[in-house]
Amino acid sequence: MQGHRGLRRAALTATALLLLVASCSGTESGPSAEGTKPAENVKLTFWTWAPNMDKVVAGWNAKHPEIQVTVNKQDGGDPAVTKLLTAIKAGSGAPDLMQAEYQKIPTLVSADALADISKNLGEGVAGHFPETVWKSVTLGSDAVYGVPQDSGPMQFYYRADIFKQHGLTVPTTWEEYAQTAQKLHAADPKKYLGTFSANDPGWFVGLAQQAGASWWGIEGESWSVSVDDEATLKVADYWGGLVESGVIANLPMYTPEWNAALNNGTQVGWLSAVWAPGVLEGNAAATKGKWQMAPMPQWSKDQPATGNWGGSATSVTSQSKHPAEAAKFIEWLNTSPEAVQALAKVSGIYPADQPGQSAALAAPPAFFANQPDFYKVAADTAKTARSFTFGPNVNVAYSAYTDQFGKAAESKSKAGFTAAVRAMQKTTLDNLKSSGFSVK
Amino acid sequence: MSSSSIRRRSVAPYAFLAPAVLLFGAFLALPIGYAVYLSLRTVKVRGLGLGKGSREQVWAGLSNYSKAMTDPDFAASVLRVAAYGVLVVPAMLGFALLFALLLDSPRARATKFARLAIFLPYAVPAVISSLLWGFLYLPSVSPLYYVFGKVGWEVPSVLGSGSVIYAVANIAVWGGLGFNMVVIYTALKAIPTEIYEAAKLDGCGEISIAWRIKVPVVLPSLIMTFVFSLIATLQVFAEPVTLRPLTNTISSTWTPLMKVYRDAFTRDDLHSAAATSVILAVATFVLSFGFLRLVQNRAFSQEN
Repeated sequence: MQGHRGLRRAALTATALLLLVASCSGTESGPSAEGTKPAENVKLTFWTWAPNMDKVVAGWNAKHPEIQVTVNKQDGGDPAVTKLLTAIKAGSGAPDLMQAEYQKIPTLVSADALADISKNLGEGVAGHFPETVWKSVTLGSDAVYGVPQDSGPMQFYYRADIFKQHGLTVPTTWEEYAQTAQKLHAADPKKYLGTFSANDPGWFVGLAQQAGASWWGIEGESWSVSVDDEATLKVADYWGGLVESGVIANLPMYTPEWNAALNNGTQVGWLSAVWAPGVLEGNAAATKGKWQMAPMPQWSKDQPATGNWGGSATSVTSQSKHPAEAAKFIEWLNTSPEAVQALAKVSGIYPADQPGQSAALAAPPAFFANQPDFYKVAADTAKTARSFTFGPNVNVAYSAYTDQFGKAAESKSKAGFTAAVRAMQKTTLDNLKSSGFSVK
Repeated sequence: MSSSSIRRRSVAPYAFLAPAVLLFGAFLALPIGYAVYLSLRTVKVRGLGLGKGSREQVWAGLSNYSKAMTDPDFAASVLRVAAYGVLVVPAMLGFALLFALLLDSPRARATKFARLAIFLPYAVPAVISSLLWGFLYLPSVSPLYYVFGKVGWEVPSVLGSGSVIYAVANIAVWGGLGFNMVVIYTALKAIPTEIYEAAKLDGCGEISIAWRIKVPVVLPSLIMTFVFSLIATLQVFAEPVTLRPLTNTISSTWTPLMKVYRDAFTRDDLHSAAATSVILAVATFVLSFGFLRLVQNRAFSQEN
């Protein structure tokens, strides 16, 4: 959800390029080569909240008069899923196509909302995506529940000017991150290197993922839940220590207060994802040119890793009467050079498609014009993203996160952080069991 | 009298009643019945729960109710709302009565303006007023904290764990005061002036007129506003939900209604949500009618 708030902001940047691209794709569109198809026209509806998606889809509609796609703009990931699940329960009213965040896919599959399109996709589609991303749409099975659209590899964003002012160096390990946070806070008690946000479970999942966590798993015919695995406890313990000592703030992100802190330079760094420039531009426009991006601080220097915050796939719903045509469209949308380029430039998202990525993202985002290698660093870090399996009750785990870590962050106690992880594990596991899932 | 006219007469009341009964049935009784039905059902998942036919709705008996009643989060939210009610209801009604009496006193000036100014917050939707107050509560964007900083006061954030309940209660009082004041004020205006004249002849001052005549006469209005406030308290939702993203201190089950919302829309478990809703509805019914029964002799005896 937050990720897409970020994406939406990122799109604002991209709107400037809109006219340019619209004219480019206009010259490419000609009469369809497959004009031999029967006159039977297929109409597909597409629920998405990616900005300007209708303009990307226009490129398809111009070339495929026999398969017309209508974009139906949604408010965001959570409300769209609620609406879709309601439509699935009602038996009608679902669209043909649906933007689905990776962490929601198991929930949607479990509610029988998504169609398996493995037989409708062309060969080699899987090869377009990093394996860890492709796994999110297959859930490790032979079925395919969508085609990845964007991903959100995490990096460290920081105020280069303030770093220079206090003589700080960019932390490359978490140990250095803690030292840097302490130095900065000691030099100016108003300043923090970051905040621990109890409102952003997706952010914490990215951090845990980097450390090697994977909260759910399928073993044979059963689910396993390991929210309290060693990696997650390590991450929680680390952040608990930082919050307890007071060198890291404990207030949530995406509040007016946080925006003010980004603007006035009291939040000096942000562990965020590749869509961060759009958010920073929207929330702290005056700080343009003062930020830099670096790879995430590492747990182990010789095994660089990162996590993902945000990202989604395009899926075909189980109510669609034209799954084959719908699958054809999403294959074009997320793997054709033309569409991937438009996704990056018009919609402002970070495409998951690897072949198209480098062509689409040559120049850095406008807000990071001072860092020409922005997308090179992004692509390098994206390759190190670790795998993470989501389960059928991510919603339960996420709401337990906000409640438990809200308490822990407020009390500023290190012990509270690891207790929060254990409470999340219990809530998530109990919920799966009481719903009747077979659980190991 | 012919038999046909008798029949016509006996049909007529039903014809008049029909629209109300139909609307009541379709939009109140039926949904309530459906909620009760849902609360007795649950979804059972089989195996991994992936793919077609892996979930089915089954009878759950009272298990959703026992789950809700034994959930520590639910108990905590009920206690929290009780504390919230103890803060909000007396403060809101106390101020409403005070303002109504002040406006009604013969020495009051600019009453039209004051009445409007006090009533106006009621016209602001709860979500908007919570956002407005939210900005005032956040130290780094609040003009109030800016002033505190200039004066040199160290004021902790009101959204902290100890004070967040006051922060929420304040919004409710600010928003609800005007409505209650108008109700009480209207009742005051209906008191015949002869009573005041008689009281004055007997040597009553303004304060003793207010205490001995006005307050007892508007008691039925006070009771009505009390019942409304009680119901509103049990259903508090918009204010904490709007403030929630701004702070760590408001959990997703902060009030019973927030728990209903979380179960239904975050956890996608309509059945638990329905059970909690039914419990909440019964509690509201019992509390408000229980209170009315308790006070009806005192409050309404003078009218009969």
